[in-house]
Amino acid sequence: MLIKLTGGTVYDPASGVDGKLQDIYIQDGRIVKAPTEALQIDKEYDLKGKVVMSGAIDMHTHIGGGKGNIARTLLPEDHRQDPVQRSDITRSGCGHAMPSSFVTGYRYAEMGYTAGFEPAVLPINARQAHMEMADIPILDKGGYVMMGSDDYLLRLLTAKKDQKAINDYVAWTMHSAKAIGVKVVNPGGINAFKFNQRQLDLDEQNAHYGVTPRDILRVLATAVKEIGVSHPLHVHGCNLGVPGNMQTTLDTIQGIGGLPMHLTHIQFHSYGTEGDFKFSSGAAQIAEAVNLNKNITIDVGQILFGQTVTASGDSMRQHANHKHASPNKWVTMDIECDAGCGVVPFKYKDKNFVNALQWAIGLETFLLVDDPWRIFLTTDHPNGAPFTSYPHLIRLLMDRSFRNDVLSTIHPEAQKMTTLASIEREYTLQEIAIMTRAGAAKLIGLKDRGGLSAGNWADITVYTDNNDRQKMFEKPDYVFKDGQLVVVDGKVVSTKWGTTHVVKPDFDPSVEKGLKDYFDRYLTMKLGNFKISDDEITEDGRGSITVHPLSS
Amino acid sequence: MTEITEVPSPFCGIGTDDLTIRVDGVSLRVIENGCAVNTTAFEQPITDTSARVDGKAVSLEVAIAKAADLLKDTRLPVIGGCATDVNGMRGLLALADRCGAVVDNINFTGARNNFLALQDSGWMNTTLAEVKNRCDFLLVVGTDLEVFAPRFFERYLWNKEAMFLDDTRQRSVIYLGKAPSGAASTSPSGQKAQVFDCAIDDLPEVVAVLRALVKGLPIRAISVCGITVVDLQSIADKFKAAKYGVVTWAAGALAYPQAELTVQTLSEMIKDINDQNTRCSGLPLAGKDGDQTANQVCGWTTGYPARTRFSAGYPEYDPFLNDSNVLLTNGEADALVWVHAFNVKAVPPVTTLPTIVVSRSGMIFAKEPAVFIPVGTPGIDHAGHAYRMDNVVAIRLKKLRDSGLPSTADVLNAIEQALQVR
Repeated sequence: MLIKLTGGTVYDPASGVDGKLQDIYIQDGRIVKAPTEALQIDKEYDLKGKVVMSGAIDMHTHIGGGKGNIARTLLPEDHRQDPVQRSDITRSGCGHAMPSSFVTGYRYAEMGYTAGFEPAVLPINARQAHMEMADIPILDKGGYVMMGSDDYLLRLLTAKKDQKAINDYVAWTMHSAKAIGVKVVNPGGINAFKFNQRQLDLDEQNAHYGVTPRDILRVLATAVKEIGVSHPLHVHGCNLGVPGNMQTTLDTIQGIGGLPMHLTHIQFHSYGTEGDFKFSSGAAQIAEAVNLNKNITIDVGQILFGQTVTASGDSMRQHANHKHASPNKWVTMDIECDAGCGVVPFKYKDKNFVNALQWAIGLETFLLVDDPWRIFLTTDHPNGAPFTSYPHLIRLLMDRSFRNDVLSTIHPEAQKMTTLASIEREYTLQEIAIMTRAGAAKLIGLKDRGGLSAGNWADITVYTDNNDRQKMFEKPDYVFKDGQLVVVDGKVVSTKWGTTHVVKPDFDPSVEKGLKDYFDRYLTMKLGNFKISDDEITEDGRGSITVHPLSS
Repeated sequence: MTEITEVPSPFCGIGTDDLTIRVDGVSLRVIENGCAVNTTAFEQPITDTSARVDGKAVSLEVAIAKAADLLKDTRLPVIGGCATDVNGMRGLLALADRCGAVVDNINFTGARNNFLALQDSGWMNTTLAEVKNRCDFLLVVGTDLEVFAPRFFERYLWNKEAMFLDDTRQRSVIYLGKAPSGAASTSPSGQKAQVFDCAIDDLPEVVAVLRALVKGLPIRAISVCGITVVDLQSIADKFKAAKYGVVTWAAGALAYPQAELTVQTLSEMIKDINDQNTRCSGLPLAGKDGDQTANQVCGWTTGYPARTRFSAGYPEYDPFLNDSNVLLTNGEADALVWVHAFNVKAVPPVTTLPTIVVSRSGMIFAKEPAVFIPVGTPGIDHAGHAYRMDNVVAIRLKKLRDSGLPSTADVLNAIEQALQVR
C-alpha cells in the first residue's frame, strides 16, 4: 500500500528541513522516495496548511518497572479521578499521575508520541520493565539499565579490577537486561543507604567499599563509551533536591573529564542557597556549564503544578524527601544487592515558594541552554508532572507572554528570585522538533527513527498550526506509527504493537565465570535464570526486538 | 528420560530455582532440592487431558464456544482464583474487560491486610538477597515461616557466607505471636530462636506496645497478653543494636479482623527504627498461587490490585465489595469463572451459577462445572513468568514436558476472541 501525505509544512531537523512544503510517501511501514513512475497512490492525505513532524520520542519517562507499579498500587484515589472507559478497539484503565499501561500508550500516541524510554531498569527487575512495556500499545520502547549501586560493580572497584573487566560486566548486563543505555542513579548512594549512610557527596566514600560517586561515574562513563553504546552514560546525580546541589552538578560536569555524559532531570540538581529562604536558582550557572561543555547533554525534568507521584531508584533521597509526601504515604525498598527505589506522592503548588521556584528553574534552564540538540523536553514523568502536561510545557517554551502570565501568578518571593521575566527567547517549531524528535533519536542512537527522509520508519505526526501551542500539540490531526494510521483528531483509531529497541555490545564470555560464582554465593537466583532471553519479549507474537548499531 | 537442572518454582513463593527434576514422559520427579511444598506440586500427575461440558468429554473448541456462550449475556460474572502466570493474567484481564467481570485473586482477603496498610501509609521493605547478605536480626510475626516456605532459612538465613556478615550463624531470630512448628530457625551452630508466644488475635496489642517501646514511650504495664514488657523491650533494643533488622509476616496468617492495623503498626515501627540511626526493613511473605503475579499484572493493566471490577466499562477497585465470595453469596454475581493453574486442591466455591473452570489437570469437584478445561501448569507444561514474594523479582518459568495441555492464556484469549466476534 502506497500512502501519500500531500503538501504539509515539514519540520525535519534530521534532514535540515525547517518548515518546507514537502510530500511524504509511505510504503510497507517506511518512508520512501517519491515514486519515479506513475504508481497508484492507495491513500492520500491533504495536509495543506498542516505541520508535519516525525513521531515524538520521550527519552526519559518512567513507563515500565516495579517502582511505577508500586506508585499505581499506592494511589487508588488518584486513579478514581480519571477512569478510562474501554471501547471496541481500546482497553479500559486509569489515567492521571501514573496511568495504566494501555492508557499510557493511547495518551502518548494521542499527543503525537511514538516512542518512550524507561530510564531506570534495575537488572533484577528488567523482566518486569519489559513485561509492563509489552502491555503499552502503539509506542516503541526501550530501557536504560541501572548500575552503580550494585554490589558486584562496587566489589570490582574495591578489588581494583581494570577497565576491561568493568566494560565486560556493563556489556553483559546490557545483554541480560535487554537495554539500549546505561543509567546511574545517585552513584553508589542507593548502596550507601543500605549501610545507613543518609547522604553521599561526589567525593564522599561508601562506608563499606571506600568508593566515591566520582569513581563510579568515571568508570561507567568510560565503559559506555568504550563498548560503543551511542547513548552516553545517563546520570541522575548526587544530592537530588538538596539546596546547594548546583555545585555538585558543576563538579560532576568537570569531574567527568570530557567523556560523553547525559545529566537527567537537571532541574532537580540546579539549586543554590541564596536568599531569605536559602533556596535559589542555579539555572544560569548550570546552563553556562552545559553551553561550554559539548560532551554534556541534559533533560530538564520540568515540574508543573498539581498532584503527581515521584518514583525513583534513589531510595536515599526519596527517604529524605518523604516528609514532603502528599498525601502522606510513601514507600522505599532495598533491592537484591542491585539497587533500590522510593515512591513519594507529591503535590507541587504554585503558591509554595520552593515549588514555584522549581518551576521557574526548569524554564530558565530550557531557555538559557543554547543548543536544542543537547537539551530534551521531559518532566521526568511522573516525577515533575505527568507526561500529559507536555503540550502545556511546549506552550510555556514557545509563548513568552503566556509564560509571563503564569509567572505572575506564582509565589511572589519566587518571582523575585527568577530571571524568567527578562528572558525573551521563544522556542521555534524547529527547536521543538529537535528536542522531541531528531535530537532524541540521535542521543539514544536510534537508526531510522526520528526523521522523515526516505528509509525512516513512518512514525509521523500531523498538527494543525495554531498560535495556542498547547491546543496544537495536545490534539494532532493524524499520527502514523510504522505507517499505520493510529490517531485521528487526537483520538486513537487503531492500535498496534511497537518494537523494543536495544543494543548488544560485545563482551568477553569469560565474564560469566566471576558472575556465576557471585550469583551462587550471594544472590538468590541462578545466573542462567537471571538473563533475559530474546524470546521472552518476542514469544507472545506481539513484541519484537530491534538491535541498533554500536558507535565506532 | 531427561534431567532438568536449575528449575525455578512458581509454588513456594520464595523463588527457589535450584531444583533438579527428572522427566519421564509426562511424569516428573524432584530429585534434588525438593521440599514439602514444591515436590508435591511438581509431581502432581496429569489425569484430565480432555475438556468437559456438563461432565462429558468434548474438544477444546467446543468447550471454549460453550464458555463464551455462558458468558455472553451475563451482567456480573466473577473471575475467581486468578492463579496463573503473567500471560495467563493478561488473558484473564482482557476477558474481564470484555465481559465486565469482577476479578478477585484467591489470596486477596489475606493480602488485603497488606494493601490497606500500604495504601494508607506505605512502608519500607526489602528483598530476599538483601536478607541473605545483610539481615542480622529477624523478627517473625504471627507466622510459622518454615511451613509457609520450608527452605527459607536454609537459603536466606543460614547460607554459608554473606557479603556483609562475618558469620551468618550469629544472626538472631525471634518469633512473636506464634511458635515455629519445627527447628529450621535454629542456627547451624545450635542457637535456637527466641519465642514470645501469644494468641494470634492478641498481636495488635503486643505490636502496639512494641512500637511504643521502639519510640521510647513509657509503658506502665508489666506484661501484655502474657508477654512481659521487659521481653518486648529486649526486642526493641535488638532492633536498635542491629545494623539491618528485618520484620517478616504473612498477611494471611494474621487471621483476625482489622489485621491491616497490625501490618500498619509494624510498618510504621520499621520507619521509626530507620529514624534512630540504623536500618530496618519489612519483608511481607506471599507469592503463593500466583498472588503477586495477579496483583502485579492487574496493577499495570488497571492501576489497582487484583480485586477489581470492570462492570462499569472501566476498572473499579474495592477490597471489600469486590470479594467474589460475597458477590456469590449475596446473589450479585451471575456466573463464575474459576482460574487456577497451580493447585488441584484449590477448588472453586460451590454455587448454583453457571461455572466455567480453567484449572490444573486433576481437580476434583464437589459439583461438576458446566465447563471444565484442564490447562497446563506454568513452569511445568509451558514457559512463563511468575512473581516471587518480594514482588520485584519475576522468575522465568521453564517448560519441562510436552503434555499437549493448552496454557491459561491460550484458553482465556480464545474465550475472549469468541466473545469479540459475536
